[in-house]
Amino acid sequence: MEFDRRQLLLGGAGAAAGLLLPGVGAMAQSPASIGTFPDGVLADSVFVGLTIPLTGVFSGDGGDLKLGYQLAIDQINAGSDVARSWGLKGKGVLGRQIRYKVSDTEGKPNLDVQSATQFIQRDRAIMLAGSVSSASAIALEELGSREKVLYMVGIAGSNDITGKNCQRYGFRSQQNAYMAAKALAPVVAKALGNNLKAAFLVPDYTYGHSVYASFAEFSAQQGWQQVAKEVVPLGTTDYSSALLNIANSGADVFVNIAFGGDAIASTKQAEQFGVLSRMKLVVPNLSSFQDKELGAELMQGVYGSCDFWWTLQDRYPLAKTFVEGFVAANKYYPRWGAHIGYMQTYLWALTVERANTFHPVELIKAMENSKAAPYDTTIGKVYFRAEDHQMVRPIPILRGKPPAAMKNPEDFYDIVDVVDGESVMNPPELFGCKLGPYS
Amino acid sequence: MPSWPALVSQAFNGLALGSLLALVSSGLTIILGTLGVLNFAHGALFAVGAYAAFVMLQYTSSFVLALVAGCGVMLLLGILLERLIVRLFYDRPDEDQILVTYGIGIVLVECLRAAFGGNAQRVAVPSWGRGATKLGFLIYPTYRLQLIAIIAMLLLGLYLVLYRTAMGLVVRAGIENPLMVGILGINIRRAFLVVFAIGVVAVGLAGMLYAPVVAVTPDMGANFMAQSFVVIVLGGLGSFSGAVVGGLIAGEIISLTSAFNSSYSDVMLYALMALLLVLRPQGLFGSEGRV
Repeated sequence: MEFDRRQLLLGGAGAAAGLLLPGVGAMAQSPASIGTFPDGVLADSVFVGLTIPLTGVFSGDGGDLKLGYQLAIDQINAGSDVARSWGLKGKGVLGRQIRYKVSDTEGKPNLDVQSATQFIQRDRAIMLAGSVSSASAIALEELGSREKVLYMVGIAGSNDITGKNCQRYGFRSQQNAYMAAKALAPVVAKALGNNLKAAFLVPDYTYGHSVYASFAEFSAQQGWQQVAKEVVPLGTTDYSSALLNIANSGADVFVNIAFGGDAIASTKQAEQFGVLSRMKLVVPNLSSFQDKELGAELMQGVYGSCDFWWTLQDRYPLAKTFVEGFVAANKYYPRWGAHIGYMQTYLWALTVERANTFHPVELIKAMENSKAAPYDTTIGKVYFRAEDHQMVRPIPILRGKPPAAMKNPEDFYDIVDVVDGESVMNPPELFGCKLGPYS
Repeated sequence: MPSWPALVSQAFNGLALGSLLALVSSGLTIILGTLGVLNFAHGALFAVGAYAAFVMLQYTSSFVLALVAGCGVMLLLGILLERLIVRLFYDRPDEDQILVTYGIGIVLVECLRAAFGGNAQRVAVPSWGRGATKLGFLIYPTYRLQLIAIIAMLLLGLYLVLYRTAMGLVVRAGIENPLMVGILGINIRRAFLVVFAIGVVAVGLAGMLYAPVVAVTPDMGANFMAQSFVVIVLGGLGSFSGAVVGGLIAGEIISLTSAFNSSYSDVMLYALMALLLVLRPQGLFGSEGRV
């Protein structure tokens, strides 16, 4: 067996550094230097790169997501009581302050990759996070794995992210489309009935097709029959021609899969075409601000699922501190975009402290083994599945409240159920996930 | 194969959609056709119009009053933009005009975002336009039906002002030979100002009328700008009647394609534009040479 002199030197240097620096320990069987590690671990800080659409159709969700990251980072850096209640010790992560920059990527995957590459090369980012579209998340996951930098997925519901496009360096906390559909369909069928006719409005990108495929499958299991499927381009402004077909389809239920600004425009127009007076509206993945942007009049009785709703604070102590901290800082109730940013930041920080290193391979392994030691979070106990890096987590099912039942201007939903995550997980191999190498 | 009622429904919807596209495109074609400026702030001005309606509705609670007040805002904005920036670029190359108007568009959109945030604002359908109207086998939103009539009147009014008045004649003469028009003692710069302001009011009005239909966000104009360019390319660059016909054709293509498969509606629109550019580069109503 021959020793590579360079590897030997690197290994020796890494071992020496591990002894000297508390954030650079625990690297058994992992390369000493990988991605931005250990260069990105300074004595007093680490850098995190956030790629978020602050303009474009996803800007509303992006703004919310950004505030979630900022709140978590502020709490962690300050060593606040909240950070301690999550299980973190002292100020920052492993004694290092988190520095960060936000890049407005407009929801365009090429800009996500461009910004994230700058974060890696210029700022030596130790972790990447962000995205409000599945297309962006897929691009960032691939970049993270290529550059060996951990990427904590932002808002992204497509099955592909932890399916055929899954990557060793990407971890997602949001439920995938399959989980959301499997959780939602029985609840909705119980409320609205079996053997109904459904019309689908599907945005033409990975998220839309993924959510459609999953919800069509699980609603069919409830006896629902598809009578219309209208596929429309992302960013469509006038849905009249698609809505005419839906209005004339004879459907009982209108399943609107459009997201963000598209969800607002299509739902407004559906109401004007009389679709909502003749059909029940179901939204498999509710957009963050859909409630406020459309108003309670339109949203009452609408069924949907999402990552988090602020009244979960009545069930989970960490949700309560999150909501209180967010309202104090931002003067509105957080939507689920903010929750994803907040929770993913804490999960990364917790994992770093558990592993006692910023070494990405060790962090990946720690998260892959989290089933044995689940994280206590804003939505109770959760863990990442080792096979595809999808979080196993409960899924809230919401129903829009009538205006008269709202206790405050942002009390838009009743939580009709919180479905156990284990019961709705797809088999890990179903969407063709093949995680790449660690190094 | 869709049923005949479905095809007729989509053909009617194409007419409604087309009239909206024609109005949206009219502001672009007015400024291009008379001043020769390709206004890349068009989409942003559409969004400003929608926000003007949103703000004015808070104060007036009347959609008609909000439209009138909104037109005042757009007129003022048009005058300011022309006097402070655009007039300095009439004699500059096309690329400079495109860059400066593109820059104006970015600034306007970001001002909207700074003032109102990125989330959609709610603009309700006016009380007289709520509900749906039954037209035989077709049920259609009442507001959209009313819009067809409103837009037809607006387009006719714009056409008469710009192409059947002395002012319109002066502007077109000024484009061809500003020196000669000046020698004749006519203040051509003032006429340019009026035309630019009318173009801005036209696109702003389109934004106001469309605000109850679409999601009112700072970026809402981007798609409309792209569609407006397709419409004026179809109709002929700078041709007012071309924009109207181009809008109607675009509306019919989008809508009738949707009767078969809505995912191909945009593809068909751009395919037609490409075909037309090959067969008749000047568009249906355009003339060869400068616009």
